[in-house]
Amino acid sequence: MSAALRCAGLGHRYGRHLWGLRDCNLDVPTGRVVALVGPNGSGKTTLMSMAAGLLPVTTGTVQAAGGAPAQRLDRIGFVAQDAPLWPRLRVADVLDIGRCMNRAFDTVMAADRIRGLGIRPRARIGALSGGERAQVALTLVLAKKPELFLLDEPMANLDPLARREFLGSMFEACSQAGATVLYSSHAVAELERICDYLIVLRAGQVRLAGDIDELRQRHRVIRGPDGWPDGGGWQVISQRSMAGQTIALVRCGNHCVPGPGLEAGAPAFDELVLGYLDGDAARLPEEVPA
Amino acid sequence: MFRVDAGSGVPIYRQLVQQVRRDVMLGRLRPGDQLPSVKEVVDSLSVNPNTVVKAFGELEHQGIIVRRQGVGTFVAAAPSMASPLVAPKLLGSLARWVETARRDGLSAEQIRMLLDVALDDPARRDDRHAADGAA
Repeated sequence: MSAALRCAGLGHRYGRHLWGLRDCNLDVPTGRVVALVGPNGSGKTTLMSMAAGLLPVTTGTVQAAGGAPAQRLDRIGFVAQDAPLWPRLRVADVLDIGRCMNRAFDTVMAADRIRGLGIRPRARIGALSGGERAQVALTLVLAKKPELFLLDEPMANLDPLARREFLGSMFEACSQAGATVLYSSHAVAELERICDYLIVLRAGQVRLAGDIDELRQRHRVIRGPDGWPDGGGWQVISQRSMAGQTIALVRCGNHCVPGPGLEAGAPAFDELVLGYLDGDAARLPEEVPA
Repeated sequence: MFRVDAGSGVPIYRQLVQQVRRDVMLGRLRPGDQLPSVKEVVDSLSVNPNTVVKAFGELEHQGIIVRRQGVGTFVAAAPSMASPLVAPKLLGSLARWVETARRDGLSAEQIRMLLDVALDDPARRDDRHAADGAA
């Protein structure tokens, strides 16, 4: 299957010393909805900005929607955090700009969606609520009909009903047009429903990437008396001790048979994510092949 | 017809598979019944379409459902599940057994544990096979 987003040795350095992202290797298959997770400052926005062609590459290469981002701008839809739009413009003007700047822009769909949301086309962007402004930005990106959506915390300002409505539209773009979505969020609990592929970033590096179900199969949460994690055919990702018991997320090799007295199970989605966010960075694998 | 419990630890596609298998076993879904489309499931649950496609693929692979191109998804003529005729009867006697257990003061958790023990007990499993052989 072709890759919707491919990075090889990709890095961006801010100024002389600060790496926003370094040595990033990714191969995201077409048609997936990808959860991009990481603490603040871990490189999510840097990665999205480079994939959108908005930030120069310091090292390596990035291919988005089948080519260099600068050559694929009409196939990439990017919504930056907090949906920045010119506050002085009216909603209708913003949609007009969308129509003029994008060849395949679906004007009817955009107007219908704005009307359906009860947003007045004559209203100025600056007078909208945060949720309404987000909806205008999301309408623009949906009407553009991109192959690759880059959505940086797109639902942060939406109420629960608006979330459901937006997800419906986004999923339709995925199943009808085979679009791929890169979706960053801190709301780990809702990502399990939304996404089928996971990328965990930490300190500017990819710590985990792959199909969520496969990743769950390759990890275990093991619990037992303190001291058990030493040795065994696994790599400890993170661990906690309480009342003489240690519970840990481990990555298994081909065979992973916990000894007697240990309780093992496949990790829940949030256990997997939190394990990689939480673990001792020095201990984490440099990179896990997708 | 579907519910999803995110965070339960069970992958969402497997929850969907289990719900269809359970409904077929209990006779709530009968051979030839139409299942909702992927889009209907996606819209009602706000789950990723790939997850629903994966669940339907798994059910098709198990012989529980058949997909007819352009028509829809249906429960197979002879789904490879426990007999739908026996299951409701067994559920009836199990419900009476659960009622007895509750009257004897057992909690839902304790009842589940009993059931797990009975299912996993190798001695009893051998008994049952022996009884099957004798019958």
